[in-house]
Amino acid sequence: MDHPNTIEAEKLVREFKKGPRAVDGIDLHVDPGEIYGFLGPNGAGKSTTVLMLTTLLPPTAGTARVGGYDVVREGPQVRSSIGAALQEAALDPLLTGREHLQLQAALQALPRPERAARATELLDRVGLTEAADRKVRGYSGGMKRRLDLAMALVHRPRILFLDEPTTGLDVQSRTALWNEVGRLAREDGVTVFLTTQYLEEADVLADRVGIIDHGHIVAEGTPDELKAEIGRPTVEVTTAGVDGRVAVEEVLARFGTLVPSSRGVAVRLETTNEAGLAEVVRALDAGGLRVDNLELHSPTLDDVFLAKTGRSLEGHGGDDE
Amino acid sequence: MSTTVDQVTLLARRSVLRTWRNPAATIFPLIFPMLLLAVNSGGLRAETHLPGFPTTSFVAFALAVPFIQGALFATMNAGTDLARDIESGFMNRLSLTPLRGAALLTGQLGGVIALGVVQACFYITVGTIAGVRFASGAAGIAVLLVFAAFVSLAFGSLGAFVALRTGSTESVQSLFPVFFVFLFISSMNIPRNLIQTTWFRDAATANPVSYLLECVRSLIITGWNGEALGLGFGVLAIIAVAGLSLASLTLPKRLGR
Repeated sequence: MDHPNTIEAEKLVREFKKGPRAVDGIDLHVDPGEIYGFLGPNGAGKSTTVLMLTTLLPPTAGTARVGGYDVVREGPQVRSSIGAALQEAALDPLLTGREHLQLQAALQALPRPERAARATELLDRVGLTEAADRKVRGYSGGMKRRLDLAMALVHRPRILFLDEPTTGLDVQSRTALWNEVGRLAREDGVTVFLTTQYLEEADVLADRVGIIDHGHIVAEGTPDELKAEIGRPTVEVTTAGVDGRVAVEEVLARFGTLVPSSRGVAVRLETTNEAGLAEVVRALDAGGLRVDNLELHSPTLDDVFLAKTGRSLEGHGGDDE
Repeated sequence: MSTTVDQVTLLARRSVLRTWRNPAATIFPLIFPMLLLAVNSGGLRAETHLPGFPTTSFVAFALAVPFIQGALFATMNAGTDLARDIESGFMNRLSLTPLRGAALLTGQLGGVIALGVVQACFYITVGTIAGVRFASGAAGIAVLLVFAAFVSLAFGSLGAFVALRTGSTESVQSLFPVFFVFLFISSMNIPRNLIQTTWFRDAATANPVSYLLECVRSLIITGWNGEALGLGFGVLAIIAVAGLSLASLTLPKRLGR
């Protein structure tokens, strides 16, 4: 029987005692070799979904198949197909990086002669060769995350779950991890299910994105498709004073729908191309209006999130996009 | 597929390594019972003049106590290590491997047993240096080491159960005062037949810790005593069966299986 590297879920639910439905009937389909970004704020249901898909938490209702296996009835088969780096880097501070990998290799039943070589190979791949024999308690956050990823890869899984793998990392560590995840999907054909609260991460890394909020998937598609749904760019104008602001609003209203702006006046243009900016500038000039600043914003995934939920994702997770 | 024995060996090795690399977990169980032994031996030496006291050396009498205090440390170590693994997510990582639940429990306890035996060797050495002569001889010392291993297994499994049930290091550490109360309401400082206060004597008689102390004491002071050995090892067997059963029943849920 063929078991493709797919992830599928149908009406998946997880309800906690005395709590709301953390995951409320989601449907998912992730193709082999795809990087699927699962985007949402804290508490949206991302990690609960990962725990169910990795067999660590039984669903309350619904079904899920990972690698062709049912997560409830075929747990051991699912576990042998997947690798996972969960939200906290699950490491023992008193063991070295190399000891972690050798222990993991042994527990994953790699043949004894292969264990040390696999550990060395992975340490090299994640850039931890020099720190390999140091205790993990001395590692930085980025080093721990990279070791966590290496441990998830020990047994060459076909499907990889990464739960907020770059939270708290500096830009350099984040980029290094993105490169490795991208390489795994491109070169090794690994299917990657990645949860994140970073818009940029989903935008750069994911082939497709699912946006989850309050346990529901509110939007799904490629980043470009999702942004195209919002479609039109926004022009944001910062004015010199309150009087000017009213006049600017009147001018901008001729070019589209006024949208909330914390800094001045913003309009979502009716045209989908960016040439509308020139027309706005000419109209402001013709009206003799002075402005302090004028910016054109292309649609972002945050705009998508705002359009779908009425709230902004930025600021929920300390995102630096 | 890796065998259960292989998995147990690996996890026991990890347990020993992390204990060895954490000086607080190694040194405190060695030093603290010896300090208590020194204080009690100095302060309570006059007890040996009581009619019916089983020995003229209070150090020999009190040397049984560190073996039982070792049980406390075994409980704390086994439970705290497991609870830390749960809190840090390391248990989830283990859950995602083909690791057998029995191997996880046995491996974890293997490290605790190793520490328990090392502690026992240390207590025996200190006792010998302090002039204690073991009435049951070399064979008795061997039985003491086996007893120490069983104590660590039995009480370690209780600690493991609490850790698996609660997933919290605080809950495991809250066991410490409970066990200490059991230790003090026992024949720790005086033989049961010499306790004058009735309620205390009754409580000590009902307390299983008294039989563990008397088992060790018999090997040190009186030689081979079938009844004391039977009661001591019997109590240990009951605690071990209860602890291991409870831990084994709790483990699958914790492993998400």
